[in-house]
Amino acid sequence: MNMLNKNSVKELKQNKRINNFADGIAAAFFDSMRYDPTVLAFGLGATDPKNIFGTMAGLEDEFGNERVFDTPISENAMTGMAIGLAISGYKPVLTHQRLDFSLLSIDQIVNAAAKWYFMFGGQQSVPLVIRMIIGQGWGQGPTHSQALQSWFAQIPGLKVIMPAFPKDGYNLFRSSIADPNPVIFIEHRWLHQMSWNGEGRVVSPTQLGKSNQISTGSDITIVSNSIGSVYSHHAANILKKYNVGVEVIDAFNLRDFDINSISKSVAKTGRLLTVDFSHQFCSIGTEIIAQVLPLNFADLKIAPERIALPNFPVGTSFNIEKDFYFSTIDICKKIESMLNVTFPNIDDELKEYQSSSKKRFDGPF
Amino acid sequence: MKQEPITIEDFKEFFSKIVRIRTIEQAIAERYHAQEMKCPMHLSIGQEGPAVAISMQLNASDKMLSTHRSHAHYLAKGGNLTMMISEFFGRETGCSGGMGGSMHLIDKSCGFEGATAIVGNTIPIAAGVALSQKLSKSKNITVVCFGEGATEEGVFSETLNIASVKNLPLIFFVENNSYSVYSPLAPRQSINRHITKISEAHGIKSLKGNGNNIEEALAISLEATTYVREKRKPCLIELETYRYLEHCGPNNDDHIGYRTKKEIDFWKSYDVIANAKKAIKELGVSPDSLEKLIQENTKEEIDNAFREATLAPFPKIERSISYEYA
Repeated sequence: MNMLNKNSVKELKQNKRINNFADGIAAAFFDSMRYDPTVLAFGLGATDPKNIFGTMAGLEDEFGNERVFDTPISENAMTGMAIGLAISGYKPVLTHQRLDFSLLSIDQIVNAAAKWYFMFGGQQSVPLVIRMIIGQGWGQGPTHSQALQSWFAQIPGLKVIMPAFPKDGYNLFRSSIADPNPVIFIEHRWLHQMSWNGEGRVVSPTQLGKSNQISTGSDITIVSNSIGSVYSHHAANILKKYNVGVEVIDAFNLRDFDINSISKSVAKTGRLLTVDFSHQFCSIGTEIIAQVLPLNFADLKIAPERIALPNFPVGTSFNIEKDFYFSTIDICKKIESMLNVTFPNIDDELKEYQSSSKKRFDGPF
Repeated sequence: MKQEPITIEDFKEFFSKIVRIRTIEQAIAERYHAQEMKCPMHLSIGQEGPAVAISMQLNASDKMLSTHRSHAHYLAKGGNLTMMISEFFGRETGCSGGMGGSMHLIDKSCGFEGATAIVGNTIPIAAGVALSQKLSKSKNITVVCFGEGATEEGVFSETLNIASVKNLPLIFFVENNSYSVYSPLAPRQSINRHITKISEAHGIKSLKGNGNNIEEALAISLEATTYVREKRKPCLIELETYRYLEHCGPNNDDHIGYRTKKEIDFWKSYDVIANAKKAIKELGVSPDSLEKLIQENTKEEIDNAFREATLAPFPKIERSISYEYA
């Protein structure tokens, strides 16, 4: 059903205008739903005038209200309903505007979606995607900003995907929809406004991969995901000016990360830094380091380090937020200390980066 | 699938099926002590009536989902006996490959889509199955079986709502046996709370009766399935019934005192098999020879199933890993 003919490729290219990450998600919905009539899209606010930050814009008009619909505020029932559809020949995509609301559906995610294929002896898979959006900034506060990817990544049977760049958002979303397993697809809210013109879209979804190497270098390896990969990529570009080679591996597949590529890179650089947008305790970064240590113990020149979020919730106050979250600047400073060097005029360099980088997220949600 | 009025043949079919299920469940209880079926076992003895009454109105393309106490539902819907017993023995040939045990039964060949062990878990999943029937313009319907305890879960009300919003061809099939493990209704549900009023408040047609009464159980099941098939709207059925053994396991636990003697005596005097016998007799058929025939046939079936189960290989841990992802 996902095979495209010449005309449909043309159609795909002429598809609605893509300006950013959010448009890319909408385009991935369009392209998946157009070529596979079993794909369904729903969630609270899916068909409202804002269409989940534009990521579901135009879907209802195009595919009708049987395939695209708004829902009651019943996260657990909606997740169960999605599972029931998935075991009956459909490929539902359920969207939560904030990850935090999905916590009302943990029974269905963990006890049903993740277990169904296993507990019935491999008879029936659950091709289901649950989109969760992580908030940050503008006072999102303790229960609108949680990054709980490590929770989901610990559950056998779930796949957890966190895209970084808009092209990955499009391609990984289509691969997630095509995957026969339940996929938790987590988008950082700030990524939605990243510019993109649609270049690099695959025509047919490929199998879900494990990682992308997004910069090459021989001095330090960074393993990151989501917005952390974007910051790490920026840091690698800035540090080129100081002749520091930063190798960034975007490990977007959280439960099935590419340990071979990571280990190979650490063998080359001898240094490892994980950049993971979540609480540090029991984080993916921690797991990556635990797996790298026995493989690369002799290669490591210094102890691996982690950049992550503090182990307490974020307070709403703007003054707290600015110290709670990390950015490109923190990554550059951490590398400076790990290499035990001083980057001359780095502060000026970072100031310039800060002023040239995009306007910060300015709400309301 | 019967849509015409209830006949003497229906009575005989009902009787035959409840006797078969009780015979099977009693055999499981007797052999459980050998400790070869190493999994929690929630037996349906005493509660056979509702499962058989609703299943008689379904065909193999209609779907059913259930709970931790699902043997009667699975068997009444047409689930394979040998595969069920093999599952209890943890064998590769079990209906869930030895991964699920008694609490996770499935037989997709007869529309038994799965039973799971967390209270209320399959209620919204059944709504999804029913929505798939609606989207694909199927004429079939879905039944989700659960106990009165599951109506205390939030997801029950959530699912009533969406089933009504979307006009799903779904029957909420509540078996009210008054107990959640050892906990009676009093601390769990207000005396002023009526399950059928909760569903009615969501705009859902609701029927209530005694599941141990053959006429009531059959008439209500027929009315509900006819309504859901024709109107393509949800319906709720609440049937009262009683579990004879302990919540989980093969023993009688009347001595521990969480149920009064008076209550137990009432329900034993209102046994579904005894009631069905009486009803059949009134229609001029002798139930005893029929009962004996069914028991003998079932015993042979059971012996074959246990023999095949014990001869089957155990699954290996490597195979278990392969079930993680499709």
